[in-house]
Amino acid sequence: MRSRNTRRGLAVAAALATGLVLAGCASSDSGGGDAVSGTWPGDGKAECKGLEQLADFGDLSGKEISVYTSIVAPEDKPHIDSWKLFTTCTGATPKYEGSKEFETQLKVRVQAGNPPDIAYVPQPGLLQTLVGTGKVVEAPSQVSDNTDKWFGEDWKAYGSVDGKFYAAPLGANVKSFVWYSPKMFSDNGWDVPKTWDDMLALSDKIAATGIKPWCAGIESGEATGWPATDWLEDVLLRSAGPDVYDQWVSHDIPFNDPKVADALDEVGGILKNDKYVNGGIGDVSSIATTAFQDGGLPILDGKCAMHRQASFYAANWPEGTDVSENGDVFAFYLPTMSEEFGNPVLGGGEFVTAFSDRPEVQAFQTYLSTDVWANEKAKASPNGGWVSANKGLDINNLASPIDQLSGEILQDPNAVFRFDGSDQMPAEVGAGSFWKEMTNWITGESTKDALDNIESSWPS
Amino acid sequence: MTATNPDVAELGAQGAAPGPEPVSTSARKALSSPWASLAAIVIAVVWTIPTLGLFITSFRPESDITSSGWWTFFTNPTVTWSNYDEVLHGSDTNLVTYFVNSLVITIPAVIIPISLATLAAYAFVWMKFPGRDFLFVAIFALQIVPIQVTLIPLLKLYVHPPLNLVPLAGPDAPGGGFYTLWLSHTIFALPLAIYLLHNFMSQIPGELIESARVDGAGHVQIFTRIMLPLMAPAIAAFGILQFLWVWNDLLVAITFGGPNTFPLTARLAELSGTRGSDWFLLSAGAFVALVVPLIVFVSLQRYFVRGLLAGSVKG
Amino acid sequence: MSTGEKFAQMFIAIALFFVVVAVILLLTQRMRSRTGEVVQAAAFVLPAVALILLGLLYPAVTSIYQSLFDQTGSNFIGLDNYKTVFTDSEQLTVLRNTAAWVILVPLFSTAIGLIYAVLVDRSRFEKFARALIFLPMAISLVGASIIWKFVYDYKDSSQTQIGIANAVLKGLGLDTYKFILNDPWNTLFLIIVLIWVQTGFAMTILSASIKAIPDDIVEAARLDGVGGVKMFRYITIPSIRPALIVVLTTICITTLKAFDIVRTMTGGNFNTSVLSYQFYREYFISTNQGLATAIATVIFLLVMPIVVYNVRQMRKLEAR
Repeated sequence: MRSRNTRRGLAVAAALATGLVLAGCASSDSGGGDAVSGTWPGDGKAECKGLEQLADFGDLSGKEISVYTSIVAPEDKPHIDSWKLFTTCTGATPKYEGSKEFETQLKVRVQAGNPPDIAYVPQPGLLQTLVGTGKVVEAPSQVSDNTDKWFGEDWKAYGSVDGKFYAAPLGANVKSFVWYSPKMFSDNGWDVPKTWDDMLALSDKIAATGIKPWCAGIESGEATGWPATDWLEDVLLRSAGPDVYDQWVSHDIPFNDPKVADALDEVGGILKNDKYVNGGIGDVSSIATTAFQDGGLPILDGKCAMHRQASFYAANWPEGTDVSENGDVFAFYLPTMSEEFGNPVLGGGEFVTAFSDRPEVQAFQTYLSTDVWANEKAKASPNGGWVSANKGLDINNLASPIDQLSGEILQDPNAVFRFDGSDQMPAEVGAGSFWKEMTNWITGESTKDALDNIESSWPS
Repeated sequence: MTATNPDVAELGAQGAAPGPEPVSTSARKALSSPWASLAAIVIAVVWTIPTLGLFITSFRPESDITSSGWWTFFTNPTVTWSNYDEVLHGSDTNLVTYFVNSLVITIPAVIIPISLATLAAYAFVWMKFPGRDFLFVAIFALQIVPIQVTLIPLLKLYVHPPLNLVPLAGPDAPGGGFYTLWLSHTIFALPLAIYLLHNFMSQIPGELIESARVDGAGHVQIFTRIMLPLMAPAIAAFGILQFLWVWNDLLVAITFGGPNTFPLTARLAELSGTRGSDWFLLSAGAFVALVVPLIVFVSLQRYFVRGLLAGSVKG
Repeated sequence: MSTGEKFAQMFIAIALFFVVVAVILLLTQRMRSRTGEVVQAAAFVLPAVALILLGLLYPAVTSIYQSLFDQTGSNFIGLDNYKTVFTDSEQLTVLRNTAAWVILVPLFSTAIGLIYAVLVDRSRFEKFARALIFLPMAISLVGASIIWKFVYDYKDSSQTQIGIANAVLKGLGLDTYKFILNDPWNTLFLIIVLIWVQTGFAMTILSASIKAIPDDIVEAARLDGVGGVKMFRYITIPSIRPALIVVLTTICITTLKAFDIVRTMTGGNFNTSVLSYQFYREYFISTNQGLATAIATVIFLLVMPIVVYNVRQMRKLEAR
């Protein structure tokens, strides 16, 4: 009885779906695209609407695609869930593999001639290195078209090397955030600062109450120092502007340019100021040994008021913390220093890099570059912690308030987005001397020495 | 391994309390003073505190772990099973799968290198052939080669083997992709295994071998009939160490294996989350991983000790 | 693959291995002539040697070759990488640290392991006592580093402590200490982690050797009135000398290769880097494989004195 009802229900749904897709096909047929053979498994399925591009690749039933990423449990599940639609529409199955040793392992596998089909590469710098090995395959035209349609030009540029487009952007994160406790702020009558000077004035005000206003932690094992590099990048974007930032990242101006030194001194005004840091933990040098995951936690105890860290820091608040505009913690946009440069946003993201041009791999790349996938992914992440710069992403599909705020910032036409600079620099600097010297700088090295050392380590 | 042969048990009991006159006990008494006992207790306590801290941490709720020391547990005990629950049931793949993979990887990766190393060590000690000493020293020195520099050359060989052999890695790997792991672990274990077993074997009295030779026994007979029983305990001893190393290995597993062959360590390494935010789960994970090696150690401990005893008796 | 299939594969592999070995041994068994001895020796040694050639020597030789090339791996630059290894401004600190590690870890692990083995020998709680010291061995180095990061956690004296070391200092009324940060002592605190792990190894092997000391030797010494510390000095130590050398050598080599502790606890910052970590960084993070393999070669050369010492000890043993 029960099963019969279900079956009838399905039949009705199928009939409806056919109708819908027929309508969809009709419209695309009128466009004259007769390359679509209609043999793809998604043909006639309502849920595959919007993915007609996948028909180009035909029936991929039984095919597998290996996907290698740096995203591990529990964040891997939303990714895997968001691929179900792809399997429904093409018949191919992506196989997920995540590892915390992703960056080292990917290099080993590529060099040994055993690369995955697809890798989610989180740094443009690493993408360049990989392209240099000659093993990376250019993105198919469908992916290129989708990227033009759904992403800004800047994002496409991050996925390109020497003018060739390889990797479409996937997820994104916003780094220009300051975490704070809305409760603590309203209890004390503090306002969220709108300008850089307001923020410093607020810091002084808080410091006068005996609370150290800022807390930070830059310890991250072998990557110790990276949160401090983000600080410098964020401030440089605000003090010298995006153009100078770009020249600095591409080494058109030296790393120790006076403008960079000024920016770093500005950072030092906060991070190396004993009156301001390190709330709830210790003195300035304790920043160097505090795990970045723990850096903002004193906010919960009221021992610290502000913590500059990316949107993904949301995952670090203990279970049960209310992360929302009027909750226990939330974030505000790191204010600008002048109106001159718009609203600069520092951020990061991953890029879908392919090592094979098999049809199923290209179909999967195409799928990941669509607005359909971006919304699927948002819906598959009920706990939040994910956002994309894809303009087709409906902000309402994002689960958490902080993701929605990030999404709004990424889609804001006034925002001037810049990718994390250290992720674009050569590995010796971006994953080497930059991290190391910023750590030394926190523990006492002068601004000049730190920047000079990084400059001299830049590969010629 | 768990079923105890009565003879062995008896031998073990004798080993622990030999004969009517426990000489070593008196030796120990002579050495031990209250200070000595105190020293032993201090070492034991100092060595255990970090592990104890981790153990207690594994039962504490996340918010407590970051806000107060684990020793406050004694005055304010709050026990939660949620960390273990998350570790055991937190993924789509059943943790049992990883346990099985760990076992399937570890058992051959212990048996094969030890067999090969025992054979080689025997030859290095008791057989005469040109280049013997040079070869032994070379193998000994190769212990220092960092596994990291071997990853790319070995993986290349596995993926694109010469002479059109079957590729051992990749999607169509034979044996579900385990061969690369067994082979790699074997290779990396051999130098140390040969070095250690050589040391134990060279302390077996030479007269034993000589008289057997005079009686007309060949090397194969001497090896299987005399050497193996004498060395069995030493072999078991190294076996436990090798078991530990392979069980705890992550690098070899993720380089040469794939998601289908991932052992427990690969799963546990991911527990802390992409940005390390769930690192408190590592404490529970560490104890889940610890169980099997500890069982192996505790159950074979007597054997382990007796083994080295027999192996290093001097004539 | 199902669980059953996996175990089946495992048994097939083991069976296959034993069949091959048995066939080789049986085929060579009958040979008794002088050349027969060589053929038999080959049957015993070659399987292991072949695997080592393939999996260790070949990569080692390619590495040494690679160390003569620049970062791209295509330009021959002679010994420039070695020059870099020895002239880098931080290299003196790295060498200093490496020396501290390679001296202190074997020494203290072996000494503590030995003393503990003697002290608990044949005591009532011997097995339990040994298991306690052995436990750290069963935790991976990364796991151990995480445990000790906890132990060394720093918070200002005025704050609630979550690290036991600083909690003890605070309890004693002292200021809390930045164990990870304060150079040069931080290296010492990292070294303690490896000592903590390796003592179990030393203790188990030495404990066994102590039990192997024939009772009649001990008895004779005791009748001569030797006891206590003298017994330890004149009977125990000489009797277990070969085992001591094995333990010291093995821990030395392990120490020279270990980078996980530095990697997990400091990332090489605060002047705590060691050669093995420098190697790891250059190889995997900076992807300068030329420089990385040059460092690996230097580590290899550092082991040479240990090898030579062992060879001389073995010669002595054979001469006896």
